[in-house]
Amino acid sequence: MSCEPWLCAEIASTKKANPIQKPEIAVAMIKRAQRPLLIVGSQIVDRWMEGKQAIEYIIELANASKIQVVATAHMVREFINRGYTPAAYMNAMEISQRVGDPAWMGLDGKGRPDLVIYVGMPYYMEALILSGLKHFAPDLKTMTIDNMYHVHASWSFPNASLEEWASNLKVMTSKFNEGGN
Amino acid sequence: MTKNVHVKIDEMKTNVGLIKNLELSIGKVVNDNYTEPMGPTPMPSVTALRDWDMKLLAKYKAFYMPDCDSCCLCTFGKCDLTAGKRGACGLDIRAQSSRIVMIACAIGSACHSAHSRHLVHHLIEKYGRKFPLDIGGLNIKVEAPVTRLVTGIKPETLGDLDDVLAYVEEQITQVLAVAHTGQEASALDFESKAMHVGMCDHVGMEVGDIAQISALGYPKADPEAPLVKLGIGSVERSKPVIMCIGHNVVPSVGIIDYAKETKVDDNLEVVGLCCTSHDMTRYYHRARIVGPISWELRFIRAGLADVVVLDEQCVRTDVAEEAAKVNAPVIAASEKNCVGFKNRTNDDTNAIVDDLVSGKVKGVLILDPEKVGEVAVRVAQAVAPVRKRKTILPTPEEIVTIAKTCTQCKLCQRNCPQDFAIPPAMKAAATGDISLLTDLYEVCIGCGKCEGACPQKIMIHSLIVKAGEKAMYAEDNLCRVGRGAIQDTEIRNVGSPIVLGEIPGIVALVGCSNYPKGGKDVYEIAREFASRRYIVVLSGCSAMSAGSYRNAEGQTIWEEFPGGFEAGGVCNVGSCVANSHIAGAAIKVANIFAKRNLRGNYEEIADYIHNRLGAVGLAWGAYSQKAAAIGAGFWRLGVPVIIGPHGSKYRRVLLGRKEDPQNWEVLDARTGETVNVGPTPEHLFNIAETKEECIVAIAKLCMRPNDTWKGRSIKLSHYVDLSKRYLGVMPDDLHLFVRTMADVPSTMKDEFTKILAEKNWKETIIPDPTLLPRMVRKMKE
Repeated sequence: MSCEPWLCAEIASTKKANPIQKPEIAVAMIKRAQRPLLIVGSQIVDRWMEGKQAIEYIIELANASKIQVVATAHMVREFINRGYTPAAYMNAMEISQRVGDPAWMGLDGKGRPDLVIYVGMPYYMEALILSGLKHFAPDLKTMTIDNMYHVHASWSFPNASLEEWASNLKVMTSKFNEGGN
Repeated sequence: MTKNVHVKIDEMKTNVGLIKNLELSIGKVVNDNYTEPMGPTPMPSVTALRDWDMKLLAKYKAFYMPDCDSCCLCTFGKCDLTAGKRGACGLDIRAQSSRIVMIACAIGSACHSAHSRHLVHHLIEKYGRKFPLDIGGLNIKVEAPVTRLVTGIKPETLGDLDDVLAYVEEQITQVLAVAHTGQEASALDFESKAMHVGMCDHVGMEVGDIAQISALGYPKADPEAPLVKLGIGSVERSKPVIMCIGHNVVPSVGIIDYAKETKVDDNLEVVGLCCTSHDMTRYYHRARIVGPISWELRFIRAGLADVVVLDEQCVRTDVAEEAAKVNAPVIAASEKNCVGFKNRTNDDTNAIVDDLVSGKVKGVLILDPEKVGEVAVRVAQAVAPVRKRKTILPTPEEIVTIAKTCTQCKLCQRNCPQDFAIPPAMKAAATGDISLLTDLYEVCIGCGKCEGACPQKIMIHSLIVKAGEKAMYAEDNLCRVGRGAIQDTEIRNVGSPIVLGEIPGIVALVGCSNYPKGGKDVYEIAREFASRRYIVVLSGCSAMSAGSYRNAEGQTIWEEFPGGFEAGGVCNVGSCVANSHIAGAAIKVANIFAKRNLRGNYEEIADYIHNRLGAVGLAWGAYSQKAAAIGAGFWRLGVPVIIGPHGSKYRRVLLGRKEDPQNWEVLDARTGETVNVGPTPEHLFNIAETKEECIVAIAKLCMRPNDTWKGRSIKLSHYVDLSKRYLGVMPDDLHLFVRTMADVPSTMKDEFTKILAEKNWKETIIPDPTLLPRMVRKMKE
């Protein structure tokens, strides 16, 4: 698995994401966060693994982890059609601007997220959002659980095949289902 | 107004003696019969409208997304600006990000204005400074609304446009100077200057378009401008084909004129790519629009062009190499795009033709449009029978053979700006199944980056084009010729229903073809809103993409809907520079319907448009700096703009925060009271990730503080209906848009009542909204 930016031209970064070498590490970091938030983009229905759309894996993960989910673009419809209601639906820029704002009190008014996890956006767009948060919200931790290395995140999985991605998401789900810290 | 009167006397006998070689220059003779009172900001300097910009920027906060952690614009650096670090000059990443936005807007504005400068020079040379401007006959009295608003000048002749352009050019220079190291320090000030140069961009565009409409006999604000052929399949391949690429119509006019004069026009195809094609068809209805910028490679590689003529802007810089592969000579015809060719402008025409036909040279630079015309036509006629449509596209059998050499390294996908799944398509093609490659044809933006990345040197784009060949030759559609401006009478007819909200909005789809999933999105968005009786306006590549699909009855969008600026109308204003007519229409609503003074009165008119006119711009495939400049011009007018996901690479959005009440306060001009009007419009510049999201966002962004209850009710019903259809949910922010229960659509009373109760909604008033204290008629004591 490579820690080069998935799109080859996305190299203009001096501060690079720490690679997540094992899904268990991602689970540990999410569990450690007080207020994690998962933001799910439009390509989550375009990517297929083992005959299933990626959104199915994300719903399983969300159910297991109980993380609040924000659906961007028109993904709220896709979630609801599959029996899962996200905590909110919002434009990708709107939610990203909010999570970067220290004064924002979160979706439920109880506090700003301390870890924001991105998955399933167009790569170039997600990369730029993560760059914005890296620069203007340096206190906020960001993570991507795509199968593409995102250089601007705090933590990112390396580039991986769809099979490896499916495996990572399944391991994460199983670890949350197991419970414990 | 006349500038630069120049008298030259070679020899004159007078009472006092003999005068020889006298030259006398007078800077300017003012011949001002524009009686409208001058407003406060004619020809505004870079800071004259800063207060207005700051009002907008306080309401709509920038969210920056730097594409690069460092700055490398001077030799102090490189400087790492990550997360709070400052560069050697002291600049931080926020200011650097806004500086990049400003630079992009300045480039775009310079590009349009330089184009217009060339047009004005050329047309003055050909028709004289006193050639009258006429862009709509008796139907248009306000012939240059943007120019009047910004500069205070009412241009009447081609010569008058000189003064206007001089202002624009000075402002672009001032703004560009701001980008220098050690100048501006504040992100907000960079943003203000980006808006300034965007405003100037609209003036520059307007100058260019009214000059060419007047002098070249284009349709003059004609809602029933003719329909012309659109698409690669519409090109008659049995005839010699001259392909013109770019934005500046002047060389194309030379070609068309020569073809007509020599009576070969019936036996020749003159086709265009990108905005040049719009302007060619405005001049000559038998010209063909091939398609947007992304069609360049496919058209050349398919061997369809016998001669390629390049003017300026959005021309692939490798066209010469590509054309050489299919033995198509190239003529560069713009000072801005010389392609490294030898300048043959002053050479004998026969010699140039011989050199190109024989293949002695692959291309030439000719800066005389009439000579371009003769050379292009004669060369096309001579080389077509010899070239015999030479193509570099593979045969179907070769696709399989070539695909077998793919190693599945994925570098093609990792270099594709769309991140398209090319490797699986190659894998399938290697087994003889080209269906995945065919699917890519529809959505590919034609950049060819996949080929440059391939270690096996596979011509992947050519494989995609060949796989999509059947679809390519089926592209035989229609586009309405660019009509130019909107008539004053049209504005009068729709002014009231637009401002009161009864026509739910004006949706302007403009700009380039960097679409995330093909051009069909543009067609579907335009059709959705036209069907709902919004006013839909298109230009440039978006107008082409919208015309490239048909409804169930086989009609293109241009046949299905009328071409007027009216509810349910779909207008094509024309090329890039014709985008100025969209801003012009908004300005004319304020002037003609609301009787607001135009002349040098920018702030008041922008305040009017921002608070009352439900207009939204959409640049779904925006890629260029010109698109950034166009957007910036709309931001300053207070018109919200949405861009597609690739627009994130502009690296900045301007967002309102709908849950913050203080964000949405306006003054009631009747009383001076501060009134919360809700998030109308919610954003000034935002990105939509998908077509579905975009459609709902447009409906929401059409709401304005001034909407009457009836208008708001109509707008809300569309917002709810579209949200249910495309997002599958009832909007969760309806309470922010309801001022009184009368706003609630009558068919949705029960649903709304429940939501409003849950949200502790309180009734408020509908003010006479303004952001400008000076517009308040009676201040609150």
